[in-house]
Amino acid sequence: MTDLTLNPASAPARSVRRDIGLKRRYAAERRFRIYGIAAIAVGLFFLVALMFSVFSNGYTAFWQTEVNLTINLDPAIIDPENARATNPNVLLTANYPILARNALAEKLGVSASDKPAIRELGKLFSDGVRGQLRELVVRNPALIGTTQNIWVLTGADIDSAFKGQIDLGVEEARRKVSDRQVGWMNALKDEGIMAQRFNSGLFTYGASSRPETSGLGVALIGSLYMMLIVLGLSLPIGVAASIYLEEYAKKSKLTDIIEVNINNLAAVPSIVFGLLGLAVFINFFHLPRSASLVGGLVLTLMTLPTIIIATRAALRAVPPSIRSAALGVGASKTQMVFHHVLPLAAPGILTGTIIGLAHALGETAPLLLIGMVAFVANSPVTPLDPSTALPVQIYMWANEAERAFVERTSGAIIVLLLFLAVMNITAIILRRRFERRW
Amino acid sequence: MSTLLVFTIVIAIAAAAYFIGSRRAAGKGDGSVKAHSLPHYHGWWAFLVSALPAVLFIAIWAAATSMYLERTAISELPIHNENSVIASQSLELGMVSGIARGLDRLTDAERQNLPQTFAELRPILSAKGVALATEGQDFMIPIAVEWNKNSKLAKNTGAFIAIALAIVGAIFGLSRIQARTRARNNVERIILGALVAASTIAILTTIGIILSMLFQTLTFFQSVSPTSFFFGTVWDPRFAAAGSGGSQGQFGLIPLLAGTLYIAFVAMLFAVPIGLFAAIYMAEYASRSVRSAVKPLLEVLAGIPTIVYGFFALVTVGPFLRDLSAALSGGYAFIQAQSVLTAGIVMGVMLIPFVSSLSDDIITAVPRSLRDGSLGLGSTQSETIRRVILPAALPGIVGALLLTASRAIGETMIVVLAAGVAANLNINPFDAMTTITVKIVNQLTGDLEFNSPQTLVAFALGLTLFFITLAMNVFALYIVRKYREQYE
Repeated sequence: MTDLTLNPASAPARSVRRDIGLKRRYAAERRFRIYGIAAIAVGLFFLVALMFSVFSNGYTAFWQTEVNLTINLDPAIIDPENARATNPNVLLTANYPILARNALAEKLGVSASDKPAIRELGKLFSDGVRGQLRELVVRNPALIGTTQNIWVLTGADIDSAFKGQIDLGVEEARRKVSDRQVGWMNALKDEGIMAQRFNSGLFTYGASSRPETSGLGVALIGSLYMMLIVLGLSLPIGVAASIYLEEYAKKSKLTDIIEVNINNLAAVPSIVFGLLGLAVFINFFHLPRSASLVGGLVLTLMTLPTIIIATRAALRAVPPSIRSAALGVGASKTQMVFHHVLPLAAPGILTGTIIGLAHALGETAPLLLIGMVAFVANSPVTPLDPSTALPVQIYMWANEAERAFVERTSGAIIVLLLFLAVMNITAIILRRRFERRW
Repeated sequence: MSTLLVFTIVIAIAAAAYFIGSRRAAGKGDGSVKAHSLPHYHGWWAFLVSALPAVLFIAIWAAATSMYLERTAISELPIHNENSVIASQSLELGMVSGIARGLDRLTDAERQNLPQTFAELRPILSAKGVALATEGQDFMIPIAVEWNKNSKLAKNTGAFIAIALAIVGAIFGLSRIQARTRARNNVERIILGALVAASTIAILTTIGIILSMLFQTLTFFQSVSPTSFFFGTVWDPRFAAAGSGGSQGQFGLIPLLAGTLYIAFVAMLFAVPIGLFAAIYMAEYASRSVRSAVKPLLEVLAGIPTIVYGFFALVTVGPFLRDLSAALSGGYAFIQAQSVLTAGIVMGVMLIPFVSSLSDDIITAVPRSLRDGSLGLGSTQSETIRRVILPAALPGIVGALLLTASRAIGETMIVVLAAGVAANLNINPFDAMTTITVKIVNQLTGDLEFNSPQTLVAFALGLTLFFITLAMNVFALYIVRKYREQYE
């Protein structure tokens, strides 16, 4: 009988087979699969869209348009009364932008009597030239009277125009650069005097209201201090707490409470930690506002649960036989933990710590509440000085309206993402390289 | 002597005790009695006995000194402003300590002929790098001089006592070194104490969060009644200038809560299907190579800081939706750039990896036998998933979704940049709404008087947020624990 049913010749006889809706069910199966693929595709699409949005807006921020001027450091302008020997303030308050303007006017053949042209000319370069020339002259007063070749930053609008971000097809009155300025720009470009150079200022300058002279310098230092504080506090405390909970603590009410607590703290919204920092560290202990010390402490409390959870997992992964062996040859419990279990768990702990640090590096909300949204122009020296942090700087720039700040914001995000990528990749490599499977 | 120097000296003394102790213990071991502990434990014990009390003393002394200095300074401040708030007194105190800090940097000669008026003193101090506000008063100068004198005295006394403590401790520790001294046990006891102390920090943090917010919230409720906060439907805090008193504005929680829940709901509506289907596909269908490529990529989304998502919403998604709606309706943009929809979608993208990786773990944890049984009865793969695996994994998935939702409610940076600041109470997802977290940030970033209800309301909002997320987390854990072992 079975032979017969398998025979293809008898297939027509079997056609009265009960309909169990196979077609429909297979269609449902296919649809289900397609939903799954579509879901993953949507997720990946947004990842790509986000990355594309950031990188396409931001890669230009790493180059800044500069113009090479032959500036005559004319003593008649810097120090008209020749009083610099007696009054050091003369060199600090001199009108340096005029020097750059004169140099540019001479280069472009604009006569000094043509006031409107001169005014437009003055907007070609950034007002940051004031600080640049001042520093040059104050550091070396002997330069006064000489002629120097200096790369000077262009204004933010010219920079945008040079990078092709301003649509020059729009009528002149509705864009920020005039036709004359564009003409000068192209002339200087053809001559090779105006060019894009690597934007080292992005990494060194502090806060500024001018896009071209604002940078991440203060934020990088602030973030570095905070990361050091977080690392220095949360790693020892987290490891110590995990060792106690995992190796020593007997099951009691207290350890139960601690455990529930840690799990809850890991899920507390980060902004609540900011409120804690504001109320406790600033209002109660009177630590300075905007200081990276306070930021570091807040982020430490926020990172601790992550590190504790990772460390406990790493300790749990060390097999009990190691512990029994150590105890068996006469080690005390403390020796067993610190000489044998901890070194074996170290890669896991390190991985968890790096991931926790990466998380802390990108955290913004609690830092806003402890006053790190500050206009800090000078680099902080100690962790007690006012500073900002990388993500906070991004937030502040994101709130600025100018086009050039969008570019800077995206550039800063790229910097932040690169740091995070390096940290996470390090963690992955550590895990692959050192983690043992027992 | 600076505190740091004293600290260094104490550590140096303790380190010396460590070396001497190890040496002596090593020498003691030669006798007929067998030494109880290894030499370096004796050394460490001497170190701890020497350093621990001294360091603790330094910390306590420093705290006590600053309290004492403030007390004396306050008692010396003239009581010309009895009815003034504490804020101005603390302001005066800050001025005094600023002047004291400046005076400390002067040379002896300069200190001899100190000017008597603040106006003359200010440029001198600012030349030394201490910039002071202009509101300083002349009477502050003698108080500051007194402050410096007291502070110097306290510091020197403290330094002397700390160093003495370290030396006495070192001598005591070294004198107790015998072959049978249980140095190891002593050291280990201290290590255990440190471990316990570290693990209580988690509890202290929670207590700190609750207490700090509770106190500020109670102060807030003294000026605004709890009913008008919890049930008020108008949010209009009115940034009243200090002193204007009367007009306080209204602090209604309802519009903020509605916005928070609405945005979280839109985000979940977006994230749950995508995350769940992605997890199902990866757990049940995808080949090993696809899985190992896609899973980390999706998890990259979880590693991106939320500020980046906020910026993405601000410059890309928001304008895109606005232009899209304008194109659809022919000119009129019915979706605002900052809207519930924008914030919800972007937050949903952020939540996808949370939903998918949590659900993935739960789905793969469903025992193989359930799958095999269902497939063996002739059901297709999708039927197995829908009728067998998902019901089995349901409690875990619900727990995961609750955790994700609590994350959505507590999320800050995306909504700050994408949801808008207008506290509307509407149900149109294309309009701007605002959330609890946005208002916390708004109320606390700015130069506001700290004790005004406008500032304190942030703590009441924070406490509300804390308890909402706490309840969701506890409920999620409860569900997961209660149903976890059903299928094992």
